[in-house]
Amino acid sequence: MIWQQLLNGLTLGSTYALIALGYTMVYGIIQLINFAHGEIYMIGAFVGLFLVVNTGLNIGVALLGAMAFCMVLGMLVELIAYRPLRGRASRLSGIISAIGVSIFLSTLMVLIAQTNTRRYPDIINIQTFQVGDLQVSSLQIIILVVATLLMVGLQLLVQKTRVGKAMRACSQDLDAAYLMGINVNRIISFTFAIGSALAAAGGVMVGIYYNAVWPYMGTMAGLKAFAAAILGGIGSIPGAMIGGITLGVLEILGVAYLSSSYKDAIAFGILILVLIIRPQGIMGQKITKKV
Amino acid sequence: MDALISQYIDPYYLRILMLIGINIILALGLNLITGVTGQLSMGHAGFMSIGAYTSAIFSMQMGSPFFLSLLAGAMVAAFFGFLIGIPTLRLEGDYLAMVTIGFAEIIRVFFLNFEPGGKAVGLSGIPQNTTFVLVWTLVIIVIILNAKLLNSRIGRAFYAIRENEIAAEASGINSTRLKVLAFTAGSFLAGLGGGLYAHYMYFIRPQDFAFMKSIELLNMVVLGGMGSIPGTVLGSVILTLLPEMLRVVAEYRLMFYGALLVILMIFRPNGLLGDVRVYDLKKKLQGKKVGLWQSSN
Repeated sequence: MIWQQLLNGLTLGSTYALIALGYTMVYGIIQLINFAHGEIYMIGAFVGLFLVVNTGLNIGVALLGAMAFCMVLGMLVELIAYRPLRGRASRLSGIISAIGVSIFLSTLMVLIAQTNTRRYPDIINIQTFQVGDLQVSSLQIIILVVATLLMVGLQLLVQKTRVGKAMRACSQDLDAAYLMGINVNRIISFTFAIGSALAAAGGVMVGIYYNAVWPYMGTMAGLKAFAAAILGGIGSIPGAMIGGITLGVLEILGVAYLSSSYKDAIAFGILILVLIIRPQGIMGQKITKKV
Repeated sequence: MDALISQYIDPYYLRILMLIGINIILALGLNLITGVTGQLSMGHAGFMSIGAYTSAIFSMQMGSPFFLSLLAGAMVAAFFGFLIGIPTLRLEGDYLAMVTIGFAEIIRVFFLNFEPGGKAVGLSGIPQNTTFVLVWTLVIIVIILNAKLLNSRIGRAFYAIRENEIAAEASGINSTRLKVLAFTAGSFLAGLGGGLYAHYMYFIRPQDFAFMKSIELLNMVVLGGMGSIPGTVLGSVILTLLPEMLRVVAEYRLMFYGALLVILMIFRPNGLLGDVRVYDLKKKLQGKKVGLWQSSN
């Protein structure tokens, strides 16, 4: 029983982690809580659904299509709503602008797709394997494999490539990176593109897993993912992965052994407890303030 | 007085004026925490809901007089603000934002499962005791007390914490104590506004106080100009009127609202009155040149 819950938690947590990565990467570079990120995830789920239903594409291709679409969308959002504010406004103005984008995108989606919940058609032949007491569905395996591949890919990108090096430089010190000849605006755009693509992948997979896609799905998922990013220590990429998985597992365990009507409260309760004990999050570094 | 007013003012406009007044009280509370002291709180609606539910339950189930219910709501909200403030205010910036969001969500889920509060259905049949005169009298009192507070030693200490906490500490300000004080006072106003809201709306549900409500209040503070009382009042007026004026675009209303937030931030990144100083305006009216005024955008 406990192993079953752990597996379910791991599946949920890996999708949280995918969304949390976008939050943490953007935060790491420009210290902006991108509240529109949850909406990008929702739009990713819708684009995937649209591609599967209307063009009959293979689900793998649809996933890539949704990721590509959201890459462009993420870059566009950054260009229109965040870039004009950079360097001449307080951080809070950026947050309000992000909230504006989030309201805009979710209402746009309501106008396009109405508020009712949509379902992915039965595209994947879901089989269930019995491993001891454990029931593993093929869908869970696919989600875990895809999420792992994406996270490993991201880690390689950030640690091993030239662009990744530039991203790390930007997150350490934007001005110094600029002076070293890094095109800071391009790197920020690129970061938004990668983060949005990961969120879209999460959206499509959650849409299939829970068999539900609706225009307001981004709000709670966005908040939970932000909580995961904070839990792991915001700005840290491994932190977002660990935070997402921890939050997913604890949430499922809480629902299973405590109470399902307090589902959303459990995740936030854990977060507050962790932050009181460890104010910088699990992987975050303690920053000493200097005068 | 109230009878006279309702005779001459259209009920629709009266309703908007009431909501503007309530929003001003709520936003001034948040302004103390976020605008003045610089502690980003994104869960103000949580404290508002505590005030709303407490006062409603006091009025309905204990038959207490209206003023006592209002006071009880505000006090309970202030108590929770104090309780949450102590452990969390040592967190910084966005970590604090997340904790306040989390706290407001926990409160919402609590009320969703709270038997005396009617669970998800909410409470209805709250006596409609909130009147126009009462709301606006309270608005004036709150504005005066706020202005007095901000002009005092404590108020200047709040601003000092926002500008530079280390320098403030070095000047002998006990920043933790003052942050908790700002948080408690802000929560008190949130509870007061919540009580007025409950006794005006006749019925309340947990989703009235969801994340979007906190965001709406934060928008009022930031849009008007952080830390400025006239700014916060202006922000509350505009953002209460805006959705009403956008009714002409019907289902596109929220889309316009979102887009306008972005546009306003791009053109006035420090809020509408954020970088306008009364002193400069006075000088300008007198026809004198002021350096700062020209260079600010």
